[in-house]
Amino acid sequence: MIPTLLTMLPASASDSSWITFDIPSLLQNFWSATFDGLTFGSIYALVALGYTLVYGVLNLINFAHSEVFIMGCYGVFFTLSFLGFGPSAPNLSIGSIIVNLLLALVVAICASALTAFLLERLAYKPLRKRNAPRLVFLITAIGASFTIQYTIFLVRGPNPEPALTMFRSRPIFEVFGTFIYDQQLIIVIAAVIMMVITERFISKSRTGRGIRAVAQDPDTATLMGVNKEKIIITTFVIGGILAGAAALFYVMKIPSGVQYNGGFILGIKAFAAAVLGGIGNVRGALLGGLLLGLIGNYGQILLGNSQWTDVVAFVVLVLVLLLRPEGILGTSLGRSKA
Amino acid sequence: MSMVDGPTPLHTAKGDQAAENREAVGLPPGSSAAARRRGWFSGLGDKWQALPRQKQWAFLILVVILAYLLPVINPPLISTEPGNDFALACQTMAVWALVAVGLNIVIGYAGLLDLGYIAFFAVGSYVTAMLTSSDSTFLKIPYLWTLPVAMAVTMFFGVLLGVPTLRLRGDYLAIVTLGFGEIVRILATIIPAMKGQVGFQNVGHPPGTDASGVPIFANSNGTPWYWLTLTILIIVLLLAGNLERSRVGRNWIAIREDEDAAETMGVPTFKYKVWAFAIGAGVGGLSGALMSGQVGFVNNQKFDVVTSVLFVAAVVLGGAGNKVGAILGGALVAYIPLRFTAIADYKYLIFGLALVLIMIYRSHGLLAARQQLLAYGRNAYAAVRASADAKAAKAKPGPGKEASS
Repeated sequence: MIPTLLTMLPASASDSSWITFDIPSLLQNFWSATFDGLTFGSIYALVALGYTLVYGVLNLINFAHSEVFIMGCYGVFFTLSFLGFGPSAPNLSIGSIIVNLLLALVVAICASALTAFLLERLAYKPLRKRNAPRLVFLITAIGASFTIQYTIFLVRGPNPEPALTMFRSRPIFEVFGTFIYDQQLIIVIAAVIMMVITERFISKSRTGRGIRAVAQDPDTATLMGVNKEKIIITTFVIGGILAGAAALFYVMKIPSGVQYNGGFILGIKAFAAAVLGGIGNVRGALLGGLLLGLIGNYGQILLGNSQWTDVVAFVVLVLVLLLRPEGILGTSLGRSKA
Repeated sequence: MSMVDGPTPLHTAKGDQAAENREAVGLPPGSSAAARRRGWFSGLGDKWQALPRQKQWAFLILVVILAYLLPVINPPLISTEPGNDFALACQTMAVWALVAVGLNIVIGYAGLLDLGYIAFFAVGSYVTAMLTSSDSTFLKIPYLWTLPVAMAVTMFFGVLLGVPTLRLRGDYLAIVTLGFGEIVRILATIIPAMKGQVGFQNVGHPPGTDASGVPIFANSNGTPWYWLTLTILIIVLLLAGNLERSRVGRNWIAIREDEDAAETMGVPTFKYKVWAFAIGAGVGGLSGALMSGQVGFVNNQKFDVVTSVLFVAAVVLGGAGNKVGAILGGALVAYIPLRFTAIADYKYLIFGLALVLIMIYRSHGLLAARQQLLAYGRNAYAAVRASADAKAAKAKPGPGKEASS
């Protein structure tokens, strides 16, 4: 009924025991779990950046960011089905597949960025104008998330969209006795490149300096001539762009994951990743995302059921909050190195 | 306003600030922050406060009697029939009201956003199911005894979840509770003892059979369940009201309004936040136990995280911090989909949108919290009001006078 990221994966465990402590099979599958974990981790990291940036600037957990992400997924889905992609791998040359995927990426980014933009303008800006307390922001965020989710539900119904295969994933080389697939490689490399660009943008560009200034001290930043409103909207849009990119990779990895509430669990995990790395910290999002992807995958094999990934991610979140609430790399976007 | 010297400076300071805010924001002068702070029915509240104590009691007793008679009267326009049995609808409304009262302690009093309240509801349901159902292999105890047990277990979970998160800023609590809401469902699926989708049949109910040997508290017999839930609701309400007016309640409200200031003033904020969270969780468990008893069946499909957002919507709709508002909000959120079955499919969208709109336009809900009463006491408030009214009455005949004074 509530499909999550995980229920879409083939259940790896037998039903015989609900919890195992299966170290041999972890060792046996260690490298494939690692590569797969890194793939999921880069998707988490891209979504986590959206949480982290908005949190850094507004001190707000943007619950609706998971819906910004899922709108991107729908963007990918509609573009690709319009272009004639179907459940089986398309019979196209590599060049035209790349063009099609880039087109889908552009549409996804537009859909996500537009959602983020509208969200900020319609829901958060009116609250900021009258200096609403934090609780009001959080409730609005969850309400907005809910509204978008169930608008999609009304339009597209409760079932996942039919799966789309973008290309047939082939193993390209072998490391530690495990094949690395081109799909995994594309996702990880593209995600890391996007993260690096974002990091450079935040630390080098004029707008990035503005974002850091607002994160550090909004009032002083305004006095120094930073246009706070513009910075906030830019931050939301950047988060939306990254979420749109994450959406393409997500649909690539889990073709049947496009569903009205498909962003929910992924959103919580991405937030957990952001907290793990240090919320408000751009590099922290990358590190946290990759770590969470790995921990989740190892935990799933160790404990013997794919559903454990969610539980493991949650336990990691609570443990981080308990032991090191500022995360691995510290929490400050404002104080990150220029 | 100047007759009472204690609170006056604060009031003027507040007024000035409100005026300043209004100017800065560019709102029309009519919509002052003070006016916005009150709910839609604030006039009603003022009238209520002006009534003598005896009349208030008489009125309350009347309301309680009417509430008890509600499923018996089955008022034609209000009734949810033929779509849904009205007595059962009343029971659902009462359970939701109880949930809202419990969540109101967390959100309304202490200002902590709990987005996984359904998890506590679920824990309460499972405790009851596992201790009474014929499908369970645990020890069996009578149904009514499971109510305190369910409360104790959920409070334990509340503390378990609250201790790591409540030391930090409030936002973390929101996401951790949201995650917890989902985790409980997943655990119920994975752990065999909780029986996943198969669930527990024949959850227990209070003893007693009628003349023909049918249990009084049968699953389809809403009225006795409603009376039981309503009685518990009233008890919880009285206790919550006492807490609200006590030192604990004042500490909660101090934390809600400004946690740093409260800490500076010597309020042990962490301790009181954990208390609020645990007490709220306990009430959630209690309502879960009541619901599972009436439905008679518990499985993992009933506890969507989305329902806990509806719980939040109930509290916010009624007016966070106001227990009467919480009852109203809870009952409404349960009632609307049952009464207007045509829009039942849209309830998530409607209440999600309602959350956003209420927060943007009327963040204090239908019935606003009356914080002045809590801070200064009823008498001081009445005195301030009386003097302000007198002054207003004096100032009214000649608007020119005001300028000169």
